This record gives sequence, structure tokens and C-alpha cells, in this order.
Amino acid sequence: MHMADALISPVVGGAMWAATAGLASFASKKVQTNIDSHKVPLMGVLGAFVFAAQMINFTIPGTGSSGHLGGGILLAILLGPHAAFLTIASILAVQALFFADGGLLALGCNIFNMGFLPCYIAYPFIFKPLTDQKPSRRRIIIGSVAAAVAGLQLGAFGVVMQTLFSGISELPFLSFLLLMQPIHLAIGIVEGIITAVVISFIYQTAPEILTKTALNKPLDNIPIKPVLVAFFIAALVIGSTLSWFASSNPDGLEWSITETSGQEALQATTEIHGFFADLQEKLAFLPDYNFKSSSAVEAPAAAIEESKESAWPAVDRGTSTAGIVGSLITLLLAYLSGKALQYAGKS
Amino acid sequence: MLNIESNWLNMRLLDDLSMQNTLIHRIDPRIKILISLAFVIIVTSFSKYEITGLLPLFFYPITLMSIGNIPSTLLLKRLLIISPFILFVGVFNPIFDRTPLLDVGFISISGGWISFISITVKLTLTAAAALLLVATTGINPICAAMHRLGCPKPLVVQLSFMYRYLHVLLEEFIKTVTAYQLRSPNGKGVQYRAWGSLLGQLLLRTYARAKTIYDAMLCRGFDGRITLLYTKNLQNHDRIYLAYWLFFFILCRAVNIPKLMGKLLLGGL
Amino acid sequence: MQNNVIAVKDIQYIYPDGTHALKGVSFKINYGESVAIVGSNGSGKTTLLSHFNGIYLPSSGTVHIGEHSINPNTLSHIRRTVGMVFQNPDDQLFMPTVYDDVAFGPTNLGLSQTEVELRTTTALKTVGAWELKDRPPYRLSGGQKRAASIAAVLAMEPSILAMDEPTAFIDPLTRRQLINLLKSFKQTKIIATHDLDMALDLCERTILLQSGSILADGPTVKIFRDKKLLEKGRLEQPLSMQGCPICSK
Repeated sequence: MHMADALISPVVGGAMWAATAGLASFASKKVQTNIDSHKVPLMGVLGAFVFAAQMINFTIPGTGSSGHLGGGILLAILLGPHAAFLTIASILAVQALFFADGGLLALGCNIFNMGFLPCYIAYPFIFKPLTDQKPSRRRIIIGSVAAAVAGLQLGAFGVVMQTLFSGISELPFLSFLLLMQPIHLAIGIVEGIITAVVISFIYQTAPEILTKTALNKPLDNIPIKPVLVAFFIAALVIGSTLSWFASSNPDGLEWSITETSGQEALQATTEIHGFFADLQEKLAFLPDYNFKSSSAVEAPAAAIEESKESAWPAVDRGTSTAGIVGSLITLLLAYLSGKALQYAGKS
Repeated sequence: MLNIESNWLNMRLLDDLSMQNTLIHRIDPRIKILISLAFVIIVTSFSKYEITGLLPLFFYPITLMSIGNIPSTLLLKRLLIISPFILFVGVFNPIFDRTPLLDVGFISISGGWISFISITVKLTLTAAAALLLVATTGINPICAAMHRLGCPKPLVVQLSFMYRYLHVLLEEFIKTVTAYQLRSPNGKGVQYRAWGSLLGQLLLRTYARAKTIYDAMLCRGFDGRITLLYTKNLQNHDRIYLAYWLFFFILCRAVNIPKLMGKLLLGGL
Repeated sequence: MQNNVIAVKDIQYIYPDGTHALKGVSFKINYGESVAIVGSNGSGKTTLLSHFNGIYLPSSGTVHIGEHSINPNTLSHIRRTVGMVFQNPDDQLFMPTVYDDVAFGPTNLGLSQTEVELRTTTALKTVGAWELKDRPPYRLSGGQKRAASIAAVLAMEPSILAMDEPTAFIDPLTRRQLINLLKSFKQTKIIATHDLDMALDLCERTILLQSGSILADGPTVKIFRDKKLLEKGRLEQPLSMQGCPICSK
């Protein structure tokens, strides 16, 4: 479920990083003020535990395949949501750096999908209510499976949304959704069972560990709502506003303007678009979308149809040969420079 | 070899590489982190149909691998392992996007294929950036740099501790899982009835270890706060490195260099 | 200097699961003594050692370090006086690099940057681990880890050193180097060990524990000569005291 950089846009990546950074600050403050000092080494060691445990194959009875431990719910049970969030963040960071499992820009997305959602949503709203009254073995199992499934479903949905907003993949929303959700349902069930079984084992053999954890303690007052609201607002603002102006199909705006107010307004909006086109050229950091050509000003209705056709003239057919030639030269130069630097280094 | 074992060896390899002393290794870790992030942002900012404009950016990983003495097989092996899922998503592009975009001779290539190739190129570049960051810097300098760049201390301490014990725990896990496999029927994964006790035992040992470490920390005066020691400040060569790459990245983004070169070449002929 | 007497009076320790690990142990150790604590597995060696710097507080009885009795209020002072080297160095070396680990103690003592550097450097050089200072602990061999963990404790400048199985996990040559190093230390030394040959080499006094009680407390050589006593303690004579296996002399 790790998102790769190749499939996200800087806007989505940046927004998720902003959300994750805020959450990390919040969780860090909570950990600093609330946590007993004995948890400092424990967080580190449990992080290593989950990291290592993720690499073990758990054979699923009946099928030939195997499942793995995600660890989000397990960590939330053992450490409480704040410490667990930081621990998962660190695991994902190491995976991104050492295994390129999840990109550097996408790390914000991944920490959100696999950290925030299990620790701050699935755990407090599903696991805790189910097991708080009396943490019996049955309730632990049900709670773990439900929370794991919920966490993973939400995470998978997060992946779909982030991919959709990035606009790199052509997978239609519904198809992607129908692909991701069922698979992650299965993964969630397996993870929930593994978690449940481990927690039950601990419950039987060394229950004192669990009494010290969040299993029996009341939950901190997590201001989930402000975080969620802030995040959604940020995502909406960034996502819609910027992509609106940058989109090569601004005909939504223009169409409604022509419908309601006529030519002059259309002129004005074309100027706005022209301004942004210039700005984009200069900054050259927003995705390289094309802007409507001036022909749209003369014949609004027809232009809208035409613009839909030529919506993606981002690759200019005319200069394609030049591009290929140049590319070959570039690659050759890159390779040679690499060799030269190696030689220089050795002598 | 167990999956967990090969992963562990892979980490050790990157660790070894990060302890070399080349020009790149000596650059301040903060700068390297910023450059890696800038690189990834620039790469992902290209449109989904861009291929040629991305190519000059290969100079970055190639330079790092050459000067930093990082073998390219490392990157290639990793790419092979991580690409399936992403390419699986990417391969839907040619299916759903059939608009012909490019004419090469008499072959017409659809937008979907262009974007698929673009995804592959972007994947290679971004994966390289991540691996090369740790291969030329090392996780501990990265942690210290992150803190200096504003990352909250509990997170940095967590990362540091976790990484420190990762190797220890991985070795322990490998021993336990190997022992399990040698006595289990089909020798592949852990059977259902052992899930709880195998992982549970490992977890209990982990807790015991954490307690001992905590005692050791107390014995040396630990009172809940960890102090991180820093020594280095930015030098001129760090600034030059930063400026050089930033300029290059922005140049690549602003100008499609291969097309330019191609035009000049063909124009001149 | 009189501060560095250890006085253990009739201590009992019962683990949370009910195991009665120490059943009334009493002795006194003077400044500069080297004392070995020997006994079979489960005899209570590590438990006893853990009482010297308050990792465990006795269920009953008292432990005095100098004039201070060990209780929750005196712990931080006690831990500056008594340095504990754990059996498994991996549990003791938890910082990213060896240098960071050795500096951990002095930093926590609130010393100035210069003083921290001085102590760290001295400690590392004393154990011969100065070249290893920038290495992460998982890249060290068993002997190097052992040396680093000793340096980490030395940097606190304790006047009493408590060590749990210091020669475990290391090869013969490193072991010899370690014994020589320990011989050069002037601090009071208490060493829990299975390595009776080392005890013979290093410690003039031995306390023999058996099932949580003291079986014998006296000069090392005298105790190790007494085969029957050692057998009662489920031990053997040190190899160097047993006959030559080839010519049986």
C-alpha cells in the first residue's frame, strides 16, 4: 500500500506532507508531556519489532498464500496512539530510505494512510470502544479485526484519492476503488487476526504488559475533529484552486461564465488564464498543463468542444524527432560522465 | 534465504556504503536531504506525458553513484523489486488512454503508453534519490540533520533508537524463524497455530530487552530527556553543492534540454 | 575514601512472579577490594548485583553504599558512585555511535561540554576503543562492544564497578586483554561470573552463592581449593587449578 513518487503530483504530496508534519508535531508534544520515560526505549524497540515482524510470512490456513503484519493497530494497543503514530512514521521513513518502498515525497501520504488512519481513527473509534468495558479474549479478537480492517480500508481509500488527485494514473476512480478495497479487506482481516492472536498470547502469558498499556486506560482527549477539518480544508483549497487554474480544461469556469454573462467576462477570464500561463512558464514548477489558446475567445461554444479534444496537446508532435535525438545524446552524455567521474575518483 | 535475511543484508550493505569517505559523503547531511527533496519535487512536477525533459535529471543519480562509489546494481535490484505494484497501476494508462499523441515514422503511440514510460522514468529517478540519500549519508547523520531542520525531537530519537535495535532484532528474528522452519512441515511461512506464540515470544523478549536498556539508561543518569550532540556547521563546499544542483534542477525543469540539443543538432545539419 | 564501603544487610528479594531469589544475604566490601560473586545459574548472582545500584530494591533488608542507604531518593547519587556493566553489551550501547554512548553518562550528569569531551576521550582511550568512536554499536565485534560498554560506564567516573559476566561473548585473546585491563583499575570491583579462572586471576575475595544464600565468603584461593564446597555450589574448580589433562599432574 506504499505510494510511490512516480504516481503523485507535488501538490498532493505537499498537502499530505503538511498534514503529516502537523500531526507529527502534535504527537511529539503529546509523547513528551504524557509518556513515562521508560517508553523511550520501548518505542524504539517495538518499532524495530514491527519492522522485523513485517518481513515474516504468516501462512494463511486453507489458501496457499501468506499474510503479513502491518503493525499499526498492534502498536496503537501497546503504546497508545501518539507514540504509535511516531513509531509507524519512523518505520515508514526507514522503508522509504533503505528500500525505496514508498517515495520521499509520498512519505507524507504513506504516514498519513498507514499511521494516522489506524492510530487516530481505527484504534480510538473502533478498537477501544469494543474492548474498553471488559477486555476479554473474544472482544480483543473482534476489536483487532474490526480495527485492522477499518484502518486498511481507510488507508486504501486514501491511496485511491491521492492517486486520483495527482492525475498521473489513468485508472478511473471506480475501477481503482474496486481493485483496492477488496484486496485490502483481505489484508485487513489477516492483519487483524495476527494482531488479535499476539495480543491474546500476551494477555495469557504476561498480562502485566497490557495493564501498563493503553488497553485499560482512558483515552486522551484527541482533538480529531480540528485535525480532520483542517486537513480537508487544506486539501480542498490546494487541490481544487491550483488545479483549477492550472487545468487545461478551464472550460468549466468559462462555460459557466459565458452562460451567465457573455463575451466580456470570457475575455477577462482568458486574460486571467493568460496571466497564470505566463506565471507558470516563469516558475515552471506546476505540472506542465497547457492553457486554452486564444481561439476560444472568438467562438466560445465551439471552442469548448475543440478544447475537450485538444485537451492534452502537451506533447508537441512536430518536435518529437528532435526530442528523440536529443534524448539519446543526453543519455549517452550521462553515461559517459558517470564513467569519467569514476575514473577521476580512482586516480 | 529468508526474505527477512536478504532484507537485513541489504540494509547492512547500504549502511557499509554510507560510511565511506568520498566527496559526496562529506557534504553536510542537511544539504543532501534538501537536495533529495528538491529533486523529487522537480521530477514529480513534470507532466504525465513528459519523457525527454526528465532525462537530463539522470545526471544527478549518476554523479552521486560515481563520486559516491555506489554500485549501480544496488539501484537496479531495488527497482526490480519495487516496480511491480507501481507498474501494475501504471499499465492501466495505455488501457484507458488511447489518444494517439506521437508519430514515430508510421507508428502512432498513444498517450497512455507515453505516460506509462514517463511513470517508469520517474520511478527510477525518485527511487534512486531515496536510496542514494541514505547510501551517501547514513541514517544517524540523517536523524541529526532532520532535527536541525526542525523535525520534532521525539520522532528523531525514536528513529535513532529503532534503527539502532533493528539489526539486533533482525538477527534474533532470523534465528527464531530459521529454527521454526527447520522443524516445520512445509518450511515456508509460519503456520496459523504458531502465529500467536512465535510472534508473542519475540514480543516478550523485545519487552524484556527494552526493560534492560531502560535500566542501563537509568544507571547512567537518564531522566527522560535525550540530549543530541552536534558538531558541524555549513561550509562553503556545502553551499556550492546546493547551488549547483538547484540550478541544474531548475534548468532541467524550465528548458527541455534534449529537445533543444536535438533541434540544434538537426538544425545545424 | 571511607565512602566506598558497600554494606549489605540481610537482604531478601522476591520477584513479582514469586521466585525467592535472595534469602537473607549479608556482607561488607571495603574500598579497593576485588570481589568475585560466583554460583550456578539461578543462584542469584545477577539479582544480587542489581541491588548495588538500585535496579532492584530489596524486599527486606538494607544496602548501604558509603553512608547512603539505597532508596528511591538516593538513586541518582548512588548511580554516580556505582557503575554497572551489563552482561549483554547490546543492552548497554543504545546510542547511534560509540562516542555518543560513552558521552551519554557525563552529559546526563550535567557536565560542561569540555568536561564531557574530556571524560569521553579518557574513557575510550583507557579501554583502547578510541578508533571505534564513530562506529555504530551493531558494527562492533563482541570484544569491541564489551570494551565500549566498559568505557561508557567509566566515563561516569564511578568509584565502584559492578560487572555481570564480563568475559561472556568474547574470544580468548580479548578476554586476556580485558583481564589485564581490569587489573589496572583501582576502583572497588565486584564481578559476577562463571569464569572462575578470571576470578582467580583478578579477585582476592570470593562470595559463593547457592540458591539465594551465601555458601562461602572468603579468600578466593581458599574457596577454590575446596572441591567439596564447590561441588555443593554446583561448580567445578577453575581449569587452571585442575590437573593437567595430558600428563595429569
